[in-house]
Amino acid sequence: MSEKVLMKGNEAIAEAAIRAGCRHYFGYPITPQTELAAYMAKRMPKIGGCFLQAESEIAAINMVYGVSATGKRVMTSSSSPGVSLKQEGISYIAGSDLPALIVNVQRGGPGLGGIQPSQSDYYQATKGGGHGDYHLIVLTPASVQEMADLTGLAFELADKYRMPAMLLADGTMGQMMEPVELPETEPELIDKPWALTGTDMKRKHNIVNSLYLVPEELERTNIERFERYKAVEENETRWESFMTEDADVVVVAFGIAARVSKNAVVEARKQGIKAGLIRPVTVWPFPKKPIAEAAKTCKAFVSVELSMGQMIDDINLAIGCSRPVSLCNRVGGMIPSPEEVLESIKKAAGGNE
Amino acid sequence: MLKFKRVTLFCGHYGSGKTNIAVNYAFWIKESGRGVRIADMDIVNPYFRTKDSEAELAEKGIDLISPQYANSNVDLPALPQELYGLFQQRDRFAVLDIGGDDRGAYALGRFAPLILEEDDYDCFYVANFFRPLTRTAEEALEVMKEIEAAGGVPFTGIVNNSNLGEETAPENVESTFGEAHRLAGLSGVPVRFTTARESIAPQVRGENVMPLILQKKYY
Repeated sequence: MSEKVLMKGNEAIAEAAIRAGCRHYFGYPITPQTELAAYMAKRMPKIGGCFLQAESEIAAINMVYGVSATGKRVMTSSSSPGVSLKQEGISYIAGSDLPALIVNVQRGGPGLGGIQPSQSDYYQATKGGGHGDYHLIVLTPASVQEMADLTGLAFELADKYRMPAMLLADGTMGQMMEPVELPETEPELIDKPWALTGTDMKRKHNIVNSLYLVPEELERTNIERFERYKAVEENETRWESFMTEDADVVVVAFGIAARVSKNAVVEARKQGIKAGLIRPVTVWPFPKKPIAEAAKTCKAFVSVELSMGQMIDDINLAIGCSRPVSLCNRVGGMIPSPEEVLESIKKAAGGNE
Repeated sequence: MLKFKRVTLFCGHYGSGKTNIAVNYAFWIKESGRGVRIADMDIVNPYFRTKDSEAELAEKGIDLISPQYANSNVDLPALPQELYGLFQQRDRFAVLDIGGDDRGAYALGRFAPLILEEDDYDCFYVANFFRPLTRTAEEALEVMKEIEAAGGVPFTGIVNNSNLGEETAPENVESTFGEAHRLAGLSGVPVRFTTARESIAPQVRGENVMPLILQKKYY
């Protein structure tokens, strides 16, 4: 639709999921993503969908597993401690080659941590989280509009590559309100010949399973799955570059940290420092190429994170440790200010002259 | 322009702008030369709070009553005991920022008898017709009824705070006048004033447009 509405990030995910054809939501309330569940509770019964508050996060992710096996678009959402609980189920979904959307509106950790925003589930989201060799497609929105757009994209990519996708947001993105334009068109749904839809005695039955009794067969499925991951890395890596062409200092940041960093980069330019920003939109696959490209001409990188420096490893790997990478971070629910980021940019610029 | 009652309550669908308007309303009462206190009664949303405006309120000499754990990491829906003072000390004005939807209004229930007994109050329904679940007068009416049933205080006015955040243009606000008046017709509760952020308020053509100083902002 061309008409805009004013939405919270959490609501935007919910409405975008509905418009992407998702009619099954299973979850358990937790701050700061509860509006997503509340929105689903209000809307799903009116459109013939299913909203179910499960008895726990573990139950919810296993319901997602079940519905996904039938080929329907399905999702769950939670915040950090709840997403930890879901990890076993996520591994099973990945191991069964099923698409699904998992939303993590991160809060401070570890443990019960706090209810304020954080990005400290980066390792969990990008390096596994659950057991076994698998990946999730991990998308990191930096505006309420992207909360909606990337939700639609996550469903598409999950279906296309038969793997779970995760929307990795944070408390601020979930709670902030901005104008949003939502898609009016019908979602394009692909055929899922593997789905458990009943054979009508007309075809061989499908099996959805992550257990392999023969080791060689398990090895083969793992290798085949990683062929698909390779295709995802080649085709689906997304990022935004801002003023990087002539930058001496390149800031790398996603989500709320990228919004703060953009302000700092603009201010740095005003002060005569050539700064730029690479904002990963997918953190798996990580945008290695543009970062490696920037390393050819820039002097230093600054990783801005709401964690103790989890993304900094991926930056170092992308550039083969060829440039210094410093960390500008706040944790515990705090957000670095544009002034703090600017200070880090100045330090990085000065240290290499 | 506005006639202030001793107690003013702001209720509405969550994310409609209650907290922002409550803080500005306390400013206006103060500017009219009266003593005023503002209370954060939001037990639903731990993120955007009256307490975010603590410094601005203190600067103007407006006392803030806010839950002990507001803006901390404790997600505990507890109300402060100082709230009772608002209803017992009647020499000062009181502005109450109530939590969103009927869930937020339940917290008001225990004070409803005190408010109704004193009978010097305004209870405002804050409406933003750009919110996805209250796009029409009918949808807003549904929320209004749920809040009234939960809080136990009948509405006395509608505040039209329709906006699209930073992108709001004067004509966006004007485009909602019809829906606001339809809501007034359906509910029997009059539209008392319209709000728009300071920078565009003078360009909004309509009656009783009040300029809002915006509180918390993110990057």
